[in-house]
Amino acid sequence: MSEQTTPPAEVSLHPATAAPQNPVIAAIRRFLASSAGRNIGLIVALVILLIIGAATAGDRFTSFQNVLSILRLASITGVISIGMTFVIIAGGIDLSVGSVLGLSSVVATMSMVQMAATAWWPLMIIVAVAVGALAGAVNGVIIAYGNVVAFMATLAMLLAARGLAEIISNRTTQVVNVRGFLEFSRGDAFGVPNLIWIFVAVAIAGWILLNRTTFGRRTVAIGGNREAARLAGINVKRHMVYVYVLAGVTSGIAAVMILGRTTSGTSTHGTLYELDAIAAVVVGGTLLVGGRGSIVGTVLGILIFNVLINIFTQNNLNTSVQAITKGAIIVAAVLIQQRFASRGARSHT
Amino acid sequence: MIKVDHGTPLLEVRGATKAFAGVQALKGVDLSVRAGEVHCVLGQNGAGKSTLIKILSGVYVPDEGEFSWLGEKVTIAGPTEALGMGIATMYQELDVVDGLTIAENIFLGHELAVAGYLKAGEANRRTRELLKRLGHGDLSPSTEVGSLSPANKQIVSMARALSRDIKLIIMDEPSAVLDSEEVKNLFRVVEDLTREGIAVVYISHRLAEIREIGDRITVIKDGRSMAGGLDVETTSTPELIKLMTGRDIANVFPPATPIPDDAPEVLTVTDLAVKKVFAPLSFSVRAGEIVGLAGLVGSGRSEILEAIYGALRSSGTVEVGGRAVRSNSVPAAVASGIGLSPEERKSQGLLLEEPIYRNVTLSSFARFATFGWLQERQERNTSRTQLEALELRPADPDRAAGLLSGGNQQKVMLARWLVHGTKVLLLDEPTRGVDVGARADIYGLIRELAAAGTAIVVVSSEIEEVLGLADRVLVIAEGEVLTNVKSSEIDESGVLDLVMKGSAA
Repeated sequence: MSEQTTPPAEVSLHPATAAPQNPVIAAIRRFLASSAGRNIGLIVALVILLIIGAATAGDRFTSFQNVLSILRLASITGVISIGMTFVIIAGGIDLSVGSVLGLSSVVATMSMVQMAATAWWPLMIIVAVAVGALAGAVNGVIIAYGNVVAFMATLAMLLAARGLAEIISNRTTQVVNVRGFLEFSRGDAFGVPNLIWIFVAVAIAGWILLNRTTFGRRTVAIGGNREAARLAGINVKRHMVYVYVLAGVTSGIAAVMILGRTTSGTSTHGTLYELDAIAAVVVGGTLLVGGRGSIVGTVLGILIFNVLINIFTQNNLNTSVQAITKGAIIVAAVLIQQRFASRGARSHT
Repeated sequence: MIKVDHGTPLLEVRGATKAFAGVQALKGVDLSVRAGEVHCVLGQNGAGKSTLIKILSGVYVPDEGEFSWLGEKVTIAGPTEALGMGIATMYQELDVVDGLTIAENIFLGHELAVAGYLKAGEANRRTRELLKRLGHGDLSPSTEVGSLSPANKQIVSMARALSRDIKLIIMDEPSAVLDSEEVKNLFRVVEDLTREGIAVVYISHRLAEIREIGDRITVIKDGRSMAGGLDVETTSTPELIKLMTGRDIANVFPPATPIPDDAPEVLTVTDLAVKKVFAPLSFSVRAGEIVGLAGLVGSGRSEILEAIYGALRSSGTVEVGGRAVRSNSVPAAVASGIGLSPEERKSQGLLLEEPIYRNVTLSSFARFATFGWLQERQERNTSRTQLEALELRPADPDRAAGLLSGGNQQKVMLARWLVHGTKVLLLDEPTRGVDVGARADIYGLIRELAAAGTAIVVVSSEIEEVLGLADRVLVIAEGEVLTNVKSSEIDESGVLDLVMKGSAA
């Protein structure tokens, strides 16, 4: 654990202890280190970005249509990020989410599947989600029971799923022609696209799952102290499989969403989405070493990145600067978290 | 032991204070260390021993206090300055780098090099000398430290201190990771050092050790030195305990309650074995009985508990209340009513950043859920009731477990199994890191649990603890049970004799 640092490092970790403490500043620090406080920091960052957007792009930025387009773009990586949050809290990582999305989109749009789905369109959703769940189960079994490092196992799946998608689709774009599916996935309710509603539903379900159920408790326990969880009688290996299945399921749901948005399935769907998802999760305050994380933080992380992208697009700024800014935000967020984490509830004596 | 007394103290501390974010860790500590003496610093957890050490080693800058070194006023500005003055520290959490060799660790920070080019041969030669001086000529300087036992890591840590020109070495609970044989070697080394005029500041919980090795004692309580420079020979144990805790402790071990003749066998272990660790062994524990396993570190005693618990792959059968437990499965063991409080509570037992109540219910939270939906209010209430029953104060279920003292962390582990409802409780080193005052509490609780009908197995490296707590003792050496007797029929030297013979064979 980070407490077992060598003495000189510990000095630099607690520079504030030498200076007299202002109680107000100490109280603010404590609040910012709490879980609600960490989210407040993200909300402040988001608000600042919104102000910058409104100031630089005016009505183009604040229009209802633009807000919807930000959210629509955020939705797909957002859903993946919810699954990724669980994986990272449990102390794992899943690099394959993007290519599993691609594979799901290709399998769900195979002519065979589409033919069957003309009779009953939800079949496409079931197929997409099932493909994701299966890929996740393979990841989970290899990692938990094969004792393969998650980074390598999911890197292998990243390559394999993409390759399989290319074989199945023969590198062509498979157009969606199931009318019921398109009506659902391109439709809207109360003036808001269904894509966004799906994201909202997944985020709420994720929050409940993490904070209110035994599944979430096990996930946090395993990420916090795997050995303690095992010795308390939790079936750690089996649970890790479930966590990767969950990540696969969110990839499947995201595949459904991308099929709706692009009306086609292709093996290149979801390329590099894994990195956007990991970035959003980490910026959202989830520790990469596991044991602590927040769904609300992940959602805020996704919104921050997508608002940023939109500001750049609205102002016709080039995408290279945009990439640099994203990188800087990730580093800044991690630095801030480390500061607060080391000063939080630790006591000295 | 030859005493070197140079008249003027080597190190003199007057009125040292230190506060962290409003918490006064040290309120005024005096310490006077003479050259060539073993000066013991005694105090409960949280008394401020660690803060004092870190001030002496330059890790923390004190708020107030006068320091003199060899009669001259000084300030210890940082770790480098402390080492430059001749003060080296062996920390409790071994601060060695696992990926480097012994020699590389020893010269870390003051590498032997010419223009940045490392003189590996020279470093290895000097490392060999240092290890020989510490009685460990058997260790090779080029061995990677990660492959060493905790005891040998400590030797490396000590060799590193000696690789510099030091006059004072601070040892923070050096015996915590050692068994009795290794402690003997440590003491021999300490005697050699003091003979050369080097002073040792020795921090320990264990009064017996302090009696054996110490010259003088300073007692710290609540950040203040209660007494300084007490003579080890003439100060009585009750006096020391009273200074440390502020209260009298009449009898540390609670009296054993007689076990009724018709008490049923609760735990039955038959031909349990782990390859290369311990040979097939059989024993049983009756309701209300406490069985102690005594043996050296590496004798297989902790592994026996882990095997019973299904956490270590084993052959043989374990029965609880006459029903066989599916082997090699922790969830199955927990379901049949076996609980384990592991040796390393922090790394194996607790979620340090999570609130207490989630640690208490870690083995049973599924029971507080309806269709997977957790009832946290019930969890909190059940935890609070249990914590109150165990007299853990404050019984605040929302505090982070990492903030608790060793004794209270042990209580959280006991609470976990009480809430779960265990029939068999396996306790590995139940008082490691628990200070003297809180130990009596833990012993009392263990005895109460037994009296309520729980079958208990205790493993401890302190033979005194096994004998004082258990009704029956199994002495283990090299993975074999040497004897299985009532604890009243054997004493500490009897156990040691058996252990020595067993290891020699």
